[in-house]
Amino acid sequence: MDLSALTVVSTRTAIAEKQFTATRLVEDFYHKIKGEDGDVHAYLTLAEDRAFAQAKRIDAAVAKGDPLPPLAGVPVAIKDVMVTRGVRSTAGSKVLENFVSPYDCTAVTRLEAAGAIVLGKTNCDEFAMGSSNENSAYGPVHNPRDKTRVPGGSSGGSAAAVAAGTAVASLGSDTGGSIRQPASFCGVVGLMPTYGRVSRYGLIAFASSLDHIGPFTKTVKDAAVLLRVIAGRDPMDSTSADVPVPDYELEICKPVRGLKLGVPAEYFGEGLDAEVRIVVEAAIQRLQDAGAELLPISLPHTAYAIPTYYVIATAEASANLARYDGVRYGYRSAKARTLSDMYRKTRDEGFGAEVKRRIMLGTYALSSGYYDAYYLKAQKVRTLIARDFQSAFRKVDAILTPTAPTPAFKLGEKSDDPLAMYLADIYTVTADLAGIPGISVPCGETKSGLPIGLQILGRHFDEGKILRVAHVVEHELATR
Amino acid sequence: MKVTEKDVVYVADLANLELTEQERQRMVKDLDSILTYIARLNELDTSNVPPMTQVFSDTSAAIKESAQDQDRSWREDELRPCLPHDEALQNAPVSDKEFFKVPKVIER
Repeated sequence: MDLSALTVVSTRTAIAEKQFTATRLVEDFYHKIKGEDGDVHAYLTLAEDRAFAQAKRIDAAVAKGDPLPPLAGVPVAIKDVMVTRGVRSTAGSKVLENFVSPYDCTAVTRLEAAGAIVLGKTNCDEFAMGSSNENSAYGPVHNPRDKTRVPGGSSGGSAAAVAAGTAVASLGSDTGGSIRQPASFCGVVGLMPTYGRVSRYGLIAFASSLDHIGPFTKTVKDAAVLLRVIAGRDPMDSTSADVPVPDYELEICKPVRGLKLGVPAEYFGEGLDAEVRIVVEAAIQRLQDAGAELLPISLPHTAYAIPTYYVIATAEASANLARYDGVRYGYRSAKARTLSDMYRKTRDEGFGAEVKRRIMLGTYALSSGYYDAYYLKAQKVRTLIARDFQSAFRKVDAILTPTAPTPAFKLGEKSDDPLAMYLADIYTVTADLAGIPGISVPCGETKSGLPIGLQILGRHFDEGKILRVAHVVEHELATR
Repeated sequence: MKVTEKDVVYVADLANLELTEQERQRMVKDLDSILTYIARLNELDTSNVPPMTQVFSDTSAAIKESAQDQDRSWREDELRPCLPHDEALQNAPVSDKEFFKVPKVIER
């Protein structure tokens, strides 16, 4: 059985048809992970007891001839910022090195209730802060497509596991591009749903108005299947939207003929790598060939998205990370004599450099005297960015852009220059700021074989349409 | 407006971070370069623009349509099962099984 070729759809069919048992599948995946993940380092923790227990349940249901849930037997990996009861969750940080959550993330609960098998937790940038997975306190992830290069971040491990075939699908989180950009760098599908489409309960918070959970898969159809399982109102997350979940599998089969697709000038300007431009423009042309209408559009405030994001995200992060104080869970400094000492030493010793930098930036932006100039200003610019999309979506049904300005860069290439690293997010942060959904679908490669992603952005709660466009791209190009 | 070491010390204090000397020096440079970049937000006139305090305040028709007459953000103020005491303490660095234990709070 070629584990790398399995998709969510083919796995559930194979299990239902008794081609192999879930237990055998899990054994084979662990064998593959133990043999091959050393070079990639996608996984931080394996959940063997939990995985085999779930596999046993699935096998019993198959043997009895019971109706099977939609993801029965599908092995998945979970980014280590989503908590799993009984299996440690580190968020890629030393602060939570031994943290074992007493509860499960809702998205994980829903995957398991649908029959999926959680193989383990994947590596990520510390507290989801980063664009290369080089900020993990546990060591970087290597891109399976070229191990001298980064997988992207912050969900590098989840993207790499799917690309390497050590998981059939995975969950990641996206705050400024952390699902879409690694998907582009690793050559897999990465979907960021609308803000509020998927509950954030159990997602270790980075920036509460920007965080999203979403799937990495090998195919667009798999992403549609997974989204349907994890989406929907959750009483445990008051920001989760009470909007009905459509049948995305039906949606993606609709043609793109007649759809109006916007191409924003601001995403094709200076800074875009020449090879990426050629490949993305070719993919866009294929959509026109398939009957979609292309319209040039403008998103005039795009250049202000990165500074807006780095004020709002860091400000929210400074508040969300205040809880790591050594009191109730996580690392506590052994050197503290007083309470205040404990807080200050624990946090300085526990957090990595990038996390500290962002906490400092965020605290500064919120501090008395600077609040209006930075935080309030950024929130107003955020409104302007959201309105750019609102206007655009009066004219078009979806927007097409490159996912990232470059293909995967080399490990170490940008890690000394925080600002250069931040600028890698230039095409992805706008969607997080506006709360709209976005998907990255593989659309070609550079001459040296590095994957390139096409990003498709849509209206709020219109994941069906972006999946539909992505599905056509996938079929037109048949790059696999 | 250049970031000074005094600023860094003040902000680190607010953030409860005890930075080392080396970290302080690096932080002055990093924050200064990032904040200088962020200052370009001032190129925009936002005098009549409301801040986006909630993600869907003025941009989502889908939310407004679905909300209809039911506001499901609220529930009855009734006691529900919550995290058991022992589970809540299970990750505590130091505890006496009743409370989380910390170094002395009041200093003289």
